[in-house]
Amino acid sequence: MFERHQILEKRSLLLTVAILVVVAIGGVVEIAPLFYLESTIEKVKGVRPYSPLELAGRNIYIREGCYVCHSQMVRPLRDEVERYGHYSLAAESMYDHPFQWGSKRSGPDLARVGGKYSDAWHQQHLIDPRSVVPESIMPPYAMLNERALNYSEVEAWLKANRAVGVPYTDEMIENAKKDLEAQVDPFSDIYDDFVARYPNAQIRDFDGDPRQISEMDAIIAYLQVLGTMVDFSTYEAEENYR
Amino acid sequence: MSDKEIDQPTGVETTGHEWDGIKELNNPLPRWWLIILWITVIWSVVYWVLMPSWPGLTGHFEGVRGHTERANVDAAIAALESQRSAEMQQLLSVSSINEVESDPQLLQFAMNAGASLFGDNCATCHGAGGQGFKGYPSLVDDAWLWGGALDDIQKTLHHGIRSTHPETRISAMLAYGETGAFDRGQIDDLVEYVMHISGRSANQEAVVRAAPLYAQQCVSCHGPEGMGDPSQGAPNITDAIWLYGGERADIRETIYSGRAGVMPHWTDRLTDEQITALAVYVHSLGGGE
Repeated sequence: MFERHQILEKRSLLLTVAILVVVAIGGVVEIAPLFYLESTIEKVKGVRPYSPLELAGRNIYIREGCYVCHSQMVRPLRDEVERYGHYSLAAESMYDHPFQWGSKRSGPDLARVGGKYSDAWHQQHLIDPRSVVPESIMPPYAMLNERALNYSEVEAWLKANRAVGVPYTDEMIENAKKDLEAQVDPFSDIYDDFVARYPNAQIRDFDGDPRQISEMDAIIAYLQVLGTMVDFSTYEAEENYR
Repeated sequence: MSDKEIDQPTGVETTGHEWDGIKELNNPLPRWWLIILWITVIWSVVYWVLMPSWPGLTGHFEGVRGHTERANVDAAIAALESQRSAEMQQLLSVSSINEVESDPQLLQFAMNAGASLFGDNCATCHGAGGQGFKGYPSLVDDAWLWGGALDDIQKTLHHGIRSTHPETRISAMLAYGETGAFDRGQIDDLVEYVMHISGRSANQEAVVRAAPLYAQQCVSCHGPEGMGDPSQGAPNITDAIWLYGGERADIRETIYSGRAGVMPHWTDRLTDEQITALAVYVHSLGGGE
């Protein structure tokens, strides 16, 4: 009986097929259920797709590799909940493609950074981190303040996200450019339409420079929305124990 | 298999393979290794039974122990809160700093809780020791934009300053230059005026010219003597404490472009008790009133 495995050991092609079958079982058991089980993503109120400006900021976040040093995942551990706030929910990253949970914290977790600091602090900190946090080891990103945001392809960004399951409507895609511009202009003509499309979006000139929509506007808009969408007053923690 | 040959020096059977005259002994796996392998296999089955494991069509097997990480962390937080609850309850009803200071145990509790909260939430802007940075007020001096009594600090923490909270503290240093309210010459004169009332040498002719403008435009917030008004967050401009710098260029920039620093509100992030503990800590840093 203990010599049967020699059948596999002596036939490389058969061995390859057998390995594939074993690995596939692991994959099917661990990955496939996440796509059909309704309990994977909690039912919560408030999570909406990112607004065009927030999505542009998210693209910059990915471009600059922020995820290399910052996680976006408050784990269900006492110390983390004490420091950062409520542990992260699956629902909070359901419109993230790809997700930004990260795997390393050289800097602090950013999953709940939205609203924690002022826009001006984020701006100064990105331009020169050590001017506000002397012990910081973060590199400066001063160029974000100077560079105009290139959003000529913003409709395509929304479409690409829709293709992987983010519920952007035709109306949202059609108005993406105008919506992006409206988020930095508290006096825009489409203020109400924009808020209807993206409830609770924060509308202001994030970088304090009305002359151009900079990459700084986009990244701050993104940082300020992180972790703020879920309405925890209606969240039933015990129903979502898992 | 009977066609196996036995290696003479060791007496062990070979695998029957030969590479350039070298043959491989078919030794069994070490016993200790094999035992550990079987233990892990058995343990994995035990683990499936005890812990959440196999997925099904509508859910997953939750395990005999009913373990969930989220329940664990909620229990851990609840345990922590129950340890703190006596002092936290006391903090909830505190109305003045004297009340805290007269109870050494409560004071120590509030100071420790406040120090840890300060490190997590406040040090990023106000500095690790509360010393502040340009644009972020020092909390260790006697100057308080919005008042330095315990309830003033509590209110600032709850609602923030120019924050997104509906009850935020709010006021604005207008951009007198950008909006065209003052021309360049008037701003230069006002800069000299501010230099003068803050006790530094200034062009006296300009000071005289600026006096009526100050009386007309600046008095309502900064007061006739420039002493400021904590009820509207207007700074004292006669002392040596400058949030945005006190040199001529800084003052000119302040008058020209205005200032509207933002402090976020903490009502959603921290509990009332935590905010009181923080307020006690901040009050103790320096010149609490």
